[in-house]
Amino acid sequence: MRRFLYVLPVAVFAIMALFFLKGLTLNPRDIPSVLIDRPVPEMSLAPLPGRGESSGLGTENLKGRVSLVNIYGSWCISCVQEHPVLMEIKRRGDAPIHAVDWRDDPVLGAAWLKKNGDPYERVGIDPPPGRTAVDFGVTGAPESFIVDKAGVIRYKHVGPISMEIWTKTLLPIIRELEKR
Amino acid sequence: MIAEIGHFALVLALCVALVQAVVPLMGARRGNMAWMNVAGPAATLQFLFIAIAFGALTNAYVTSDFSVMNVAQNSHTDKPMLYKVAGVWGNHEGSLLLWITILALFGFAVTLFGRNLPPGLKSRALAVQAMIAVGFLAFILLTSNPFARLDPPPVNGQGLNPMLQDPGLAFHPPFLYLGYVGFSMAFSFAIAALLEGRVDAAWARWVRPWTLAAWVFLTCGIILGSWWAYYTLGWGGWWYWDPVENASFMPWLAGTALLHSAIVVEKRDALKSWTILLAIIAFGLSLLGTFLVRSGVLTSVHAFATDPARGVFILLLLCTAVGGSLALYAARAPMMKMGGLFSPISREGALLLNNVLMATGAATVLLGTLYPLIADALNLGKVSVGPPFFNAVFLPLMAPMVLVMAAAPMLSWKRGDMAGVLGRLKFIAALALGTAMLVWFLQGGSAGPWWTAAGFALAVWLGLGTLWDMAERIGLFTRPANALSRAARLPNSAWGMLLAHFGLAVFIVGLTASSAWTTEHIQTQKVGETVQVGGYGVTLKGVEDVPGPNYTASRATFEISKDGKAIGVMQPEKRMYRQPPRPTTTAAIRSGITGDLYVVIGDPDPKAGPGGGWVTRLYFNPCIPWLWAGGLLLVVGGLISLADRRHRIGAPARAANAAAKA
Repeated sequence: MRRFLYVLPVAVFAIMALFFLKGLTLNPRDIPSVLIDRPVPEMSLAPLPGRGESSGLGTENLKGRVSLVNIYGSWCISCVQEHPVLMEIKRRGDAPIHAVDWRDDPVLGAAWLKKNGDPYERVGIDPPPGRTAVDFGVTGAPESFIVDKAGVIRYKHVGPISMEIWTKTLLPIIRELEKR
Repeated sequence: MIAEIGHFALVLALCVALVQAVVPLMGARRGNMAWMNVAGPAATLQFLFIAIAFGALTNAYVTSDFSVMNVAQNSHTDKPMLYKVAGVWGNHEGSLLLWITILALFGFAVTLFGRNLPPGLKSRALAVQAMIAVGFLAFILLTSNPFARLDPPPVNGQGLNPMLQDPGLAFHPPFLYLGYVGFSMAFSFAIAALLEGRVDAAWARWVRPWTLAAWVFLTCGIILGSWWAYYTLGWGGWWYWDPVENASFMPWLAGTALLHSAIVVEKRDALKSWTILLAIIAFGLSLLGTFLVRSGVLTSVHAFATDPARGVFILLLLCTAVGGSLALYAARAPMMKMGGLFSPISREGALLLNNVLMATGAATVLLGTLYPLIADALNLGKVSVGPPFFNAVFLPLMAPMVLVMAAAPMLSWKRGDMAGVLGRLKFIAALALGTAMLVWFLQGGSAGPWWTAAGFALAVWLGLGTLWDMAERIGLFTRPANALSRAARLPNSAWGMLLAHFGLAVFIVGLTASSAWTTEHIQTQKVGETVQVGGYGVTLKGVEDVPGPNYTASRATFEISKDGKAIGVMQPEKRMYRQPPRPTTTAAIRSGITGDLYVVIGDPDPKAGPGGGWVTRLYFNPCIPWLWAGGLLLVVGGLISLADRRHRIGAPARAANAAAKA
């Protein structure tokens, strides 16, 4: 028993060291989406006022083409920073962008797009408490998902998209998925 | 050229350290005096080479030699000289060089002051110091060379993170490292004692002052860091239970325990194997701190260079040093002779209780710090452990410790008289209870948190209890005529202990009041508008742009009034640094005995129109100066105790005699 007490410290340390070794291979900043490689959640979101009766976002709309689904809200400060990049993506015609206007008042969400420009094909309103975005595994706005032709989520980007992130990370993934 | 000399000096230091790690150890094993004697000159030479390397890097910073990559990445010609020098250790490579320089300095100090040490113990301890040096020198040379060149050199450097350009932070790392690395002394001597299979009073007498010195430095470093966080981060907080803060706090807790258990080894020849274990743990936690900061396994506001390759190397180093020494401990410690016995109610018993609580405290902080990593590794999801956990688990552990602290110094060794001591403290206990009720009444009962009453009662109990002990020791009330001469005869170590314990009481006042009663006002304030904060009227007079040496500041002027009378102005700044372009806030603080008025200027409010309003954050933080005063008392207490004749570094002749007899 006494002997065991003397061995205890080194045993505890050995266990700690194993965790450290594992820890080195993990990135604490990287928050995984539980939904990667899963179909997009079942949804049927109403359109924003003034954008046309059939411009809402449903699960079926995300099939057939590789697309980017962007989560935004008129209350979201970082979205203002990201928005010019989305406008540029639309101008270049790189890929279709859809949006979920998250935890927002539809009128404010539509006004925000009028003011900052509208890069989206389809926009669905996800009013508070924002169930659909939670089903996507969203932790904050802006966040963007790459959805493949079969309507399966393939990639998640947290935070504003910069032009560099778009050309170096997201666009290559989209081009790769388009070949399949 | 000078950078190459620095690099070459590091390589030479590594060679010397290799010799110092092997030859004296073999000499000690074989009883070969000549081989043992290699340790001293080798430690001196190693220090010399490392000092040359440190000087070379400092020179590159002072002369802004941007052909050295490290300088180009972290310095700029515009930077004030203080921050050019502080820039040496404001980055990964340079901070490691500082670490190893301090390690070599301590090794050198052993040769300077350790003439009376038994040769076996001294040569073994220096060999262990050299092993640590080999590990870190190899780490620097293989993964983090501070002298790497850039070709072609850039015209100017990228600058130092503006957050770090602050006098408080310029001196924070050296103090912290003097503390961390200072524990290497206790560690090396603990390993040497395990190799020798013997721990005696001479050992403790040597280890105690070094541990105390390291503890003083670490305390100083932690306080400087908190003070810096308090006035630069602009939130009015001073401790965040951030992983890197915890990394410095854990060795502090273990070191505090070591400090107290070493007393028992010295005076009573007991708790020996526990003290050895604490010495290993204190330094092990210092190394762990280095690992956590450098490897990126945990996220932190401090994260500076993080690189997995370096992480693997440090993990290897950590496993060798800590795993190896704990394995040695498991093999050797059971063979060590048990020391003197004592009853649970005695000064030894109280010190042991302090040790158990301190060690448990360190363990909870460790668990809380590592839990996110453990959960992630076990796929339990990403979690973060925040202040609520630490406050709920750690602080209750410390409460019984404070309760015992007031009584422990009054207990006698071996067998104490608890009833007698409590009898002497009954007035203090009554005062503490009275304080609790008064605080409860003043804050309006359950209108404030319940623990404020407990916090103040503990502070009064410890503070007045310590003063009472002091008064009794010098006979202030029994024989007041002789009190002064008795005070002069009281050993420095007693004064140091009393001051430090009193300092903790002062600290608890600051901790309790600032956690419970901080008031915060965040608003858009127009020029001329007055906001009432903590009994002061704060009026925004205007905001102007002011140029600094390497930044432009928006400086706000606030007029402060009390009871309608103007009593002064406060000028917080929001600075935009040029290189790298990053904003920082500099709070304006007006300190008083009851607390700090803390004023931060934010951005202009776009909705308020031109020349309209600014976002301002105004705080009243009660009793914050008490925190710094308490911390200062801890440091001063440690220094006074260090000045005690019997603690003088270098183990006095009596120790040598005792060792010779053993």
